Amino acid sequence: MTRYLLDVVENRSIGEYERAGGYQGLGKALSMEPGQVIEEVKKSGLRGRGGAGFPTGMKWMFAAGDPKSPKYIACNADEGEPGTFKDKAILDENPHLLIEGMAIAGHALKAELGYIYLRGEYLKEKDILETAISQARASGYLGENIMGSGKRFDVHVHLGAGAYICGEETALIDSLEGKRGQPRLKPPFPVNSGLWGSPTIVNNVETLANLPFIVREGAGRYVRIGDPGCPGNKLFPVSGHVERPGVYELPMGTTLREIIYEHAGGIKNGKTLKAVIPGGISAPVLPPGLIDCPMDFVSVQKQGSMLGSGGVMVFDEDTCIVRVAHRALEFFERESCGKCTPCREGTGWLRGILERIETRQGREGDIRLLEDVSKNITGNTFCPLGDGAAAAVLGFLMHFREEFAEHIKNGCPFGPDDLNPYHYNPVQP
Amino acid sequence: MKNSFGPGALALLNEIKTKYPTGRAAIMPALYVAQEEFGWLMPEALEAVADCLELPEMTVRSTATFYSMYRHRKAGRNVIRICTNVSCMVLGARTLKGVLEGLYGVAPGGVSPDGRFSLEIADCIGACGSGPAMLVNDDLHTGLDAKKIIEVLENYK
Ligand SMILES: Cc1cc2nc3c(=O)[nH]c(=O)nc-3n(C[C@H](O)[C@H](O)[C@H](O)COP(=O)(O)O)c2cc1C
Ligand code: FES
Repeated sequence: MTRYLLDVVENRSIGEYERAGGYQGLGKALSMEPGQVIEEVKKSGLRGRGGAGFPTGMKWMFAAGDPKSPKYIACNADEGEPGTFKDKAILDENPHLLIEGMAIAGHALKAELGYIYLRGEYLKEKDILETAISQARASGYLGENIMGSGKRFDVHVHLGAGAYICGEETALIDSLEGKRGQPRLKPPFPVNSGLWGSPTIVNNVETLANLPFIVREGAGRYVRIGDPGCPGNKLFPVSGHVERPGVYELPMGTTLREIIYEHAGGIKNGKTLKAVIPGGISAPVLPPGLIDCPMDFVSVQKQGSMLGSGGVMVFDEDTCIVRVAHRALEFFERESCGKCTPCREGTGWLRGILERIETRQGREGDIRLLEDVSKNITGNTFCPLGDGAAAAVLGFLMHFREEFAEHIKNGCPFGPDDLNPYHYNPVQP
Repeated sequence: MKNSFGPGALALLNEIKTKYPTGRAAIMPALYVAQEEFGWLMPEALEAVADCLELPEMTVRSTATFYSMYRHRKAGRNVIRICTNVSCMVLGARTLKGVLEGLYGVAPGGVSPDGRFSLEIADCIGACGSGPAMLVNDDLHTGLDAKKIIEVLENYK
């Protein structure tokens, strides 16, 4: 198979990257009209890799069609979705791929400035990016008159400070403007009114990293990779109980089974699979019976979950699902920005109910109550954070209802999670 | 205690300001500079940032209090941020948190009595493929177990 995201270059040097065809895509883009580049991206069928799968070419067309200027490119490198570490792999192994992608976007949108919103914990990657940006400036790929085209484009790194919500595109924009990172009401969308009120493209690292290949090799070649409805390769970060956790670059549409059993080496220590979260913690869990599902935006949704970030989290037979659900909700409660009531209050309620179920204080109607609270969050929140929390809970209940009922009746049947202060060991002789 | 920026920090702040069209947008990077310079974001640190960016102190404070990586209390000499989110949890991260509590007397959100460590619970630090994982100051440590975490922390005095 063709790999174009990872393992392309031996080290991070710009020379290696150029020898592997790097910056040829930018050169080609600069020889085209901006509108032609957008047309090519539309033809490629590229869909955003940040979670929502929005068609990239269409997003660009909206921003290009807005008469306001300047325009900005914002790269979403916040990567806060638990179970996701794919953008980090690109930054660690191949930072020039992102810089080239951003410069191509800059040309297509007639933008002169781009920001990389990097999550606060990625300090090593900040150094890597800043080094790569200086190299690109020195080689004429960034700065004034890039590649002799008379165009200018530059990139800065903006470090986040530990708020998951800043991965949401409008919160990211507020955060980049120096404000509290709370989502804005849409519309207006960032393509019309983003950074400082200007048309702004927010794209994920992996999305932008697809561009050099698309432009260099052409949309015609790109659409033959992966799934016809959703072309290209996808990065799958695999974690949890597998023999070989890591980031795998595979064609879009590879099945979960192949990812878990062939690439990640199967379940650790010869145990059996109990559950898998296919796309980061906000994606509803799937039982082993559904792992023949191809990993693309449409197929995963058909199974009641979502491709999300592609973060595959694998759990073996000894995993307590209630504990997983509780930890997930602890996260959502903490990260809810507090702007809207259903999310702020609802996530706390869900976490609290899960906590009592796990600590043998569960009550008769608790499963119903979890469903009721979840359904009251769904569709009633400002941004999709609350929806993600609710969908995660409903997913656990749909496929592991018995386990919740068992917890309520007899307490947690799994070994004590020793130092989990919430845990109550039910096995009392 | 210093109550304004030294020359090194000022140079850095001036460079930061050139990256953004507004002073306000420089708040987040400026807060990092202040945190480094003052140790934590004491009122003087927030005032210094406000002065430097010519903004009301409230504007700076409003941003500073939203993000978990800005510290509003004195921290230990070393800040441990251990991930206990799901992928790390199922590989035993909570046990490690307990080890730290037992060994150094530091609970989440607190500082050890000797001032050596602050402990914070992190929510996924992008190292799920090699968890359990933690950040100590700026360094990432992965593949932790009870033995390794103690060995690693020996290097932070
Ligand atoms: C709560 C929340 C967190 C998000 N976190 C991220 C993130 O860390 N990285 C990312 O690229 N997109 C994230 N997104 C999706 C963005 O809002 C946006 O859809 C994406 O950056 C668009 O880029 P794309 O079209 O290239 O996918 C998040 C969305 C929500 C609602
Ligand atoms: S879950 Fe611990 S680093 Fe991601």
